[in-house]
Amino acid sequence: MRIPILKLGNYLLVSIQIELDDKTAVQFQQDLLNMIHKTGSTGVVIDLTSVQMIDSYIARVLGDVVKMSELLGCEVIFTGIQPAVSITLIDLGIGFRNIKTAMNLEQGLEKLKQSLEG
Amino acid sequence: MDNNPSIHVYNEWDIVVARQSGRDLAKSLGFGEVDQARITTAISELARNIYLYAKQGEIEVSPVYEGDKVGIKIISRDNGPGIKDVMKALEDGYSTSGGLGAGLPGVKRLMDEFSIESSEGKGTLITAVKWKLF
Repeated sequence: MRIPILKLGNYLLVSIQIELDDKTAVQFQQDLLNMIHKTGSTGVVIDLTSVQMIDSYIARVLGDVVKMSELLGCEVIFTGIQPAVSITLIDLGIGFRNIKTAMNLEQGLEKLKQSLEG
Repeated sequence: MDNNPSIHVYNEWDIVVARQSGRDLAKSLGFGEVDQARITTAISELARNIYLYAKQGEIEVSPVYEGDKVGIKIISRDNGPGIKDVMKALEDGYSTSGGLGAGLPGVKRLMDEFSIESSEGKGTLITAVKWKLF
C-alpha cells in the first residue's frame, strides 16, 4: 500500500486515508523525501483527518518525516489531527513539539503560504 | 461474533490486526471515540513490544464486567526475554530499543488499570483494563 503524494504548485499535498501500518509509514517517508527532491517543493501539507490512531512508532516516523524534509529545505505542516488522536498523543507523552499544525487543509495551505511567501 | 480469540503477533501486520479487533470490540461495547483511540493505541504499543522484544506472542482483548461496570481488558503475553528492570521500563523516556520510550508508561496512562509480570528469560504478561464511563 502506498500513500499518494500530489503536487500543487510549489507544494506537495498528502492525505493519509488508510490505517497506517509500520511498513506503509516507512515507505511513505521515503516516497515523500524522493518527491521533495525530485520536484524541489518548498512545502508539504500532510492531512491526517482520516487517521484514527497514532501510536509512538507512527508518531516517531511522522516526526522524522518533518525533520528529514527540513534538511532538504522543505517545510511540513500537519493538518486535521482528530481530537481523540490529539488526546492519546498527549497521554503517550508525545506532543509533536516544534511541529507546525493547522485545523484543516485550507488553513494548513494558508499557514504554509504565509510562512514561505511572507 | 466469535469469542474474542487471542491474536498471534509475529509480524508488523499483526499489530494492525490486533488494534483493529480492539477498536471493533470497544465500539461494540459502546466506548466513546476518545476511549476507542486510547484502547487501540494501547493495544498497538503492547503488540509492537511483543514484535520488537519477544518476536512473538499474543494479544487477547475481551469484555469485563464488574457490578454495573463494563470494561475492556487487554492481555499481552509472550515467552520472550522478559524485562530486566520493570520499574525502569515504566519510566518515561526509557527504552532499550532506541525507540521513543513512550511504550509502557504511555499504555499505563491510556488505560485505567495496568499490571505487569515479567521475569528474565521467561517472558512478560501485561494486563490492562479500561472502564467505560457512564
